[in-house]
Amino acid sequence: MNAALFIIFGFFILSMYLGISAKKGKDMNLEQWTVGGRGFGTLFLFLLLAGEIYTTFTFLGASSWAYGNGAPALYVLAYLSLGYVLFYWILPKIWKYAKEHNLLSQSDFYARKYESPYLGVLVAVIGVVSMIPYTVIQLKGLGIIVSEASYGSISPAAAVWIGAITVTVYVMSSGIHGSAWTAVIKDIMILGICIFIGIYLPLHYYGGFQPMFEAIHAANPAFLKLPDKGFGISWFISTVLLTVLGMVAWPHSFSATFSGKSENVFRKNAIVSPLYALLLLFVFFVGFAAIQQVPGLKGPDADLALLKLTIQTFDPWLVGLIGAAGLLTALVPGSMLLMASAATLSKNVYSVFVPTASDQQVAKLAKYLVPVLSLISVYFTFNGGNTIVTLLLMAYSFVTQLVPALLASFMKNQFVTKQGAAAGMSAGVILVAYITITKSTIGTLFPILPQAVKDMNVGIVGLFVNVAMMVVVSLLTRNSAASSNLKDQSQSA
Amino acid sequence: MKIKLIALSFVPFIGMLGFLPWVNKVEPFVLGMPFLFFWFVLWVALTSGVLAILYKFDPATREGDPK
Repeated sequence: MNAALFIIFGFFILSMYLGISAKKGKDMNLEQWTVGGRGFGTLFLFLLLAGEIYTTFTFLGASSWAYGNGAPALYVLAYLSLGYVLFYWILPKIWKYAKEHNLLSQSDFYARKYESPYLGVLVAVIGVVSMIPYTVIQLKGLGIIVSEASYGSISPAAAVWIGAITVTVYVMSSGIHGSAWTAVIKDIMILGICIFIGIYLPLHYYGGFQPMFEAIHAANPAFLKLPDKGFGISWFISTVLLTVLGMVAWPHSFSATFSGKSENVFRKNAIVSPLYALLLLFVFFVGFAAIQQVPGLKGPDADLALLKLTIQTFDPWLVGLIGAAGLLTALVPGSMLLMASAATLSKNVYSVFVPTASDQQVAKLAKYLVPVLSLISVYFTFNGGNTIVTLLLMAYSFVTQLVPALLASFMKNQFVTKQGAAAGMSAGVILVAYITITKSTIGTLFPILPQAVKDMNVGIVGLFVNVAMMVVVSLLTRNSAASSNLKDQSQSA
Repeated sequence: MKIKLIALSFVPFIGMLGFLPWVNKVEPFVLGMPFLFFWFVLWVALTSGVLAILYKFDPATREGDPK
């Protein structure tokens, strides 16, 4: 047993222990289980939200973008800090409404705001279809990190099973309390490791940051700025704005939001969080340092840039710590995703169609759905192939389609109707699916437009159609609702 | 007051994204980073600052905490 393996197992047992013991002294009803009894203060909430946002994908993805694409990688830093400006305004509102109406899931929110349980079902389905591929990508990332960091002595398949089992056990026993406690060690480790390797590697290989960037710049003068075509300025701005909207729409972020204990928790959290996003800068530094040290990683292999460079540089015990951090980075969001999916399927789908189900039955079903969803995710991790990649590309665009109806629901006089909300979401989702499957871009859809417009993120099209449908259908259904009201009045008069 | 606070919220967006055509360059290096990178780091820090100012002047924060 090498040192790396020893450390990874140590953290695996620690996270399991913390996850299970987190439920101590709490009666695990559905409210405790999914939203922690709405009792989390600023620190726990910060860790939970950070735990969800900084996933294995952020880690491997951010370094791989820096390694493969250079400056366009900055979009991750931009949206992660700007997203909190939106969070500042909207999370307190969502929290307040959820608290007043005892909501437990994202679909509860839509179902209540639009007074339509079936809109809740639609939101639940869109949410779960988006969350499963997101869970799969966590498990895939976990497999890669743990197997690389254990020098191949744990196979990716074994790592995926270990991760899936851990997550299932502690989600079933402690729900969101388990996620919060794992997030505590996860964030300490991530912070320490990223800053250390992000500073050490450029110093070690190049003698400093500036020499590193100068070397990259000399080799490829176009690499450290946004290009004129493709990932250019218009792509950058449109992608950042879309992703900022998408950040607020993930169902598991909603659950995390409901777990706060007051409105101010979110405002305070929003102030600190952009600074925390600077962590990504260090991840970028590692990606840049890897360019000349582990050259030639192409396509999906670019995701290995960070790991390959650290393995080449450090002793096994440090590599083991990185592997353990990778394990935890997958476990925290993985657990939130599984829990949110299970809770929403049980509460917003099952109990709509089986209205006689008691609260206890719904809570029980939610817990038993966890291992089922976990197995489905493991299945797709091993057998998903290209389908899952396509699904993942769609997932972020899918949840973004939930945003217009969310924002509209906060308007003073509620202009958007439930039919309008449903029509907008459905149209957006179908269009996004079509665009992703056919690999369309704005350029292929509208070839006559200028380059700057062509390079914009194609998700804009889905959102635009969504809003248009939402407004038109709302106008139509509002009028008919109003006129039938009039008819009722004239009949009664 | 609320309008002013909402207007202030747009400052980070405009600052970070609105000047891209002019700041999209590698030189001069600042703090060891290409200029574009420095620009983003600067605005990420300023975003925190803007949110702190919002928090200070936002009347909602005083009624927000129970007890």
